[in-house]
Amino acid sequence: MRFITACCFLLFSTMTFAEDKFITIASTTSTQNSGLYDYLLPQFTKETGIDVRVVAVGTGQAIKIAKNGDADVLLVHHRSSEDAFVADGFGIDRRDVMYNDFVLVGPKDKANFENLEAALTTFSSSNDYTFVSRGDDSGTHKRERELWAAFNLSPQGDWYREIGAGMGAALNMSASIEAYTLSDRGTWLSFGNKGNLDIVAQGEDMLFNPYGIILVNPAKHPHVKIDMARQFSDWIISDRTQSIIGEFTLNGMQLFCPNANPEQNIDVICPSSVPKVD
Amino acid sequence: MSILGQAIDLVLSADAELGRIVGLSLRVSLTATLIASLFAIPMGAALAIWNFRFRQVLIVISTSLMALPPVVVGLMVYLLLSRAGPLGSYGILFTPAAMIIAQSVLIFPIVLALTREAILPLNRDYENLLNALNVSPTQRLKTLIWDARFAIVTALLAGFGRALAEVGAVIIVGGNIAGFTRVMTTTIALETSKGNLQLALALGIILLSIAFAINILIHWIGSFGRKYQVVR
Repeated sequence: MRFITACCFLLFSTMTFAEDKFITIASTTSTQNSGLYDYLLPQFTKETGIDVRVVAVGTGQAIKIAKNGDADVLLVHHRSSEDAFVADGFGIDRRDVMYNDFVLVGPKDKANFENLEAALTTFSSSNDYTFVSRGDDSGTHKRERELWAAFNLSPQGDWYREIGAGMGAALNMSASIEAYTLSDRGTWLSFGNKGNLDIVAQGEDMLFNPYGIILVNPAKHPHVKIDMARQFSDWIISDRTQSIIGEFTLNGMQLFCPNANPEQNIDVICPSSVPKVD
Repeated sequence: MSILGQAIDLVLSADAELGRIVGLSLRVSLTATLIASLFAIPMGAALAIWNFRFRQVLIVISTSLMALPPVVVGLMVYLLLSRAGPLGSYGILFTPAAMIIAQSVLIFPIVLALTREAILPLNRDYENLLNALNVSPTQRLKTLIWDARFAIVTALLAGFGRALAEVGAVIIVGGNIAGFTRVMTTTIALETSKGNLQLALALGIILLSIAFAINILIHWIGSFGRKYQVVR
């Protein structure tokens, strides 16, 4: 019995203190699911020796994790929540990192919509269409609610399904029940089970999807690794990393457009909507 | 079923990354089982042997706790280990240690209840003998646990299976961090969310194989135990 106890403590201790030089990033599922981190982070670790641990959840939950001080860096996509996070003193030094856009996806061939407004108006006034809402307080969900509000529509009824799950689950469900949903382009492009789904509306200004990086305020949480976090933030907005982000493609499609440099001319319609040509 | 075929191909072509994920799953769940059993076996035995105040209440509570949803355990441990929580200063949220704690809490009631069930009939048989020998309480506990060891191993394997298969708790307290806290069930959840259904299914097959192996083990130990007792 004493032997077993000893083994337990040994296992336990090696696991807890295996690595010292790391930072924890609370981030969104969209950046994780697209494979951006798998592509980007090993290069940072190679250069600096700092391990990066990504906890990928919805933007709302990521902000809560950062507010509790359980992460050193926040990388999310909902500008007004990010600004509130900084204004409330939880974060410092918000910077733009990159952007892409949201797309409305749904069954191919079912209907053609002139634009986003026409599509959403049709959904809410007819029972022939089903819309799947994330319902999880993520960046995409927040944006979706803003879109309904912008067109003075109130999504309610059997056609509007709040599933309280991630982007992938919403896409899986939409594919299997022929429904419409709002997705960020990164997750959509990397999604492996598209079925009969395709983009039905895209390219409008209000679908702009910017990602920002924020350091968790050491004044609020003295234990955060502010130096390493700042090193990461500086690294991700450096010209070299920015071009690495721009070069990230999946099946020939660019997923994110770097925009940390303010002189850069930002097109609202993300170039990732067209195949990248070298 | 082409998906199944592709899934099996993926399992057979298992890479190092997958090996690490399976390894961490086993390591976390085994450690959690060991820790839970250190407390659950003596307590389960005590509940079977001695009659004391609130015993019935404790039994009902521990049996009900078997129905505890992993998500709830995950949330409790999360709130406990978060920097904003009472144990936050240790900084073990989003580490394998946090996952071990959550799984230990999750399977503790299972091991406890099954241990009690195993010792109860044995205690009835041995009670007069042990009373006559006038053994100490510790000796009584040791004797009964030792003689119920086959049934207790079954309890441990049931707990281990539950720990290995759950996803709700480890995804909350572990954070599903690639190469660090990513285990089989959280990988399955992640790959499903990415729409990579083949890979998700392939991992499901591995998990199922491990569960199958565990059940064979339970079966084998059970029949071995019965044979052993008959011979004696």
